[in-house]
Amino acid sequence: MTDTSHPVPGAAKRRSLLDTLEIDTRLLGMIGAFLVLCIVFNVFTDGRFLTPRNVFNLTIQTVSVAIMATGMVFIIVTRHIDLSVGALLATCSAVMAMMQTAILPDVIGLPLGHPMIWVLAAITGMLTGTLIGAFHGWLVGYLSIPAFIVTLGGLLVWRNVAWYLTNGQTIGPLDPTFLIFGGTNGTLGETWSWIVGAIAAAAAVAILFQSRRKKSAHGFPVKPMWAEVTISGIVVAAIMGFVATLNAYEIPSRRLERMFEDRGEIMPEGFTASYGMPISVLLLIIVAIGMTVIAQRTRLGRYIFATGGNPDAAELSGINTRMLTVKVFALMGALCALSAIVASARLSNHSNDIGTLDELRVIAAAVIGGTALAGGLGTIYGAILGALIMQSLQSGMAMVGVDAPLQNIVVGAVLVAAVLIDIIYRKRTGAKI
Amino acid sequence: MTTPLVEMRDISISFGGIKAVDHVSVDLYPGEVVGLLGHNGAGKSTLIKVLSGAYKADSGKIFINGEEATINSPRDARRYNVETIYQTLALADNLDAASNLFLGRELVTPFGLVDDGQMEAETRKIMARLNPNFQKFAEPVSALSGGQRQSVAIARAVYFNAKILIMDEPTAALGPQETKMVAELIQELKKQGLGIFLISHDIHDVMDLCDRVSVMKNGQLVGTERVEDVTDDDILGMIILGKKPGQAA
Repeated sequence: MTDTSHPVPGAAKRRSLLDTLEIDTRLLGMIGAFLVLCIVFNVFTDGRFLTPRNVFNLTIQTVSVAIMATGMVFIIVTRHIDLSVGALLATCSAVMAMMQTAILPDVIGLPLGHPMIWVLAAITGMLTGTLIGAFHGWLVGYLSIPAFIVTLGGLLVWRNVAWYLTNGQTIGPLDPTFLIFGGTNGTLGETWSWIVGAIAAAAAVAILFQSRRKKSAHGFPVKPMWAEVTISGIVVAAIMGFVATLNAYEIPSRRLERMFEDRGEIMPEGFTASYGMPISVLLLIIVAIGMTVIAQRTRLGRYIFATGGNPDAAELSGINTRMLTVKVFALMGALCALSAIVASARLSNHSNDIGTLDELRVIAAAVIGGTALAGGLGTIYGAILGALIMQSLQSGMAMVGVDAPLQNIVVGAVLVAAVLIDIIYRKRTGAKI
Repeated sequence: MTTPLVEMRDISISFGGIKAVDHVSVDLYPGEVVGLLGHNGAGKSTLIKVLSGAYKADSGKIFINGEEATINSPRDARRYNVETIYQTLALADNLDAASNLFLGRELVTPFGLVDDGQMEAETRKIMARLNPNFQKFAEPVSALSGGQRQSVAIARAVYFNAKILIMDEPTAALGPQETKMVAELIQELKKQGLGIFLISHDIHDVMDLCDRVSVMKNGQLVGTERVEDVTDDDILGMIILGKKPGQAA
């Protein structure tokens, strides 16, 4: 390409810096886009966008879509699509709502607020999601029905199974033990948030240096020590900064007063407390780590990407691609159930329209995050960042006061533009897909 | 005579009424290269895919080292140490060389996680032997040249101690230098006692590299000849006219 033969002064140096640090430029671009978005909204909302309170809300609003988006990455990487995730979420949510409000207390006789309620409800929901997902996978893998058709049918079927199960009624309030997954009702508090942050930072640095040690042991080239330290510093700062922001959001004093009243106490003068990290966000982080490990460090993940890259080659290498399809869809179903827990707990009830249009948000998040619809390419962190960008765009525009139809027009346009930019980027960097 | 390494006896397979392979028998001895020749659609690739486990024969038997073998999938074939280098190379373009080399047979750590470091180290070792110029270990194989991709596919077959190697048009996409590399490799593998089925269009390739040739036409075996007993013209006659050497035209 011509632009490499005539480097702009300074550009060459910067490129080599990025090369030395071995940072994914694509990831960097996405983070950059996200930061620009945040700053623009912050200016237009007179500084309300980047307050701890809004960052807190943004994260808990993103969790549900982000969890499903990680599963959608595997689906799209294997050259399939899942249009039924929103409907599947609704069915799982309906099943769990009925478990905890009717079946467990009335049929089994567990008292409301019993700690086993959320456990049993969640297990039932996860089983439901996994089985339905596996069924979709079986239809796609073994009966060779295109995933588009199977899940388009599934979209109608599961949306209305949820309706049928609940007679279209809103079921609530959900059990207090279950609501801890919703966000504000279940947070770690200041101290535990710092502890979790510290553990995460230590683990991240340990992993970085562990991989360096392994590379040296095999005699592979490693990046210079200062690069390793710089990356570690950025990672630690990002994790701790995130925790600090969440910890800066204090529980409103009226709410605190009520919490003290519930315990029959009076709030001391000048008492303050922070929410800290929501349990739902912790859940997303665990899912993200788990899915990344599956993608990069397990045979399942290797086979998912190999099948996406060349299904025939995967088959000839002895990979059972049909069973793989079942596994990928089952995993997607399980993640839909997990999202259903978070989404219904956040609303504190199951409503008939829960998860409506989530399939589009989830697919958009995965695609904006760099998952190629042609298959074989995609990252978990990209999908989560994609979900975060979508959510920021949506709530940022709402805060600025953009009309509802305009909001959707912008989101739709951004989706198409993001893919176009991705195509151009990949052409520039010489990737074939 | 020793027992053949592979004996495919009376193999038939048809697709939708068309007999792609029609009662064909071929065999292969240790340290021998047998060429399979024929036009496009003569059935040579189909025949060999029965041995590599990609297709299942309608009838006929396969014997490996004199014992009847059941090959229903590529995984089965690998268990009998049958390795195949496909014409399409069968590489996942989005993965790097090491991931492709070990695809389906990943090395894992004691925790059951894939050991990329170990796999890359092994890949570096075998590539140093097969293609010392190969350096692109971190890139996906889509970024490699035709010859480099070919060497990844060959490395995959050789690494796992193949006893029986099937090469489907191994030199079709290669330049002269790389073709020479493949020829040298075949000689080396022969010395180690492997049996090689070489599928090719190129008669010169076959005459240079093979000990025997089996020619197919329209799904049937025309005949099997030792290369020193026949001329290029004889082979051409077999391919084009389907007649054995010495037969009257």
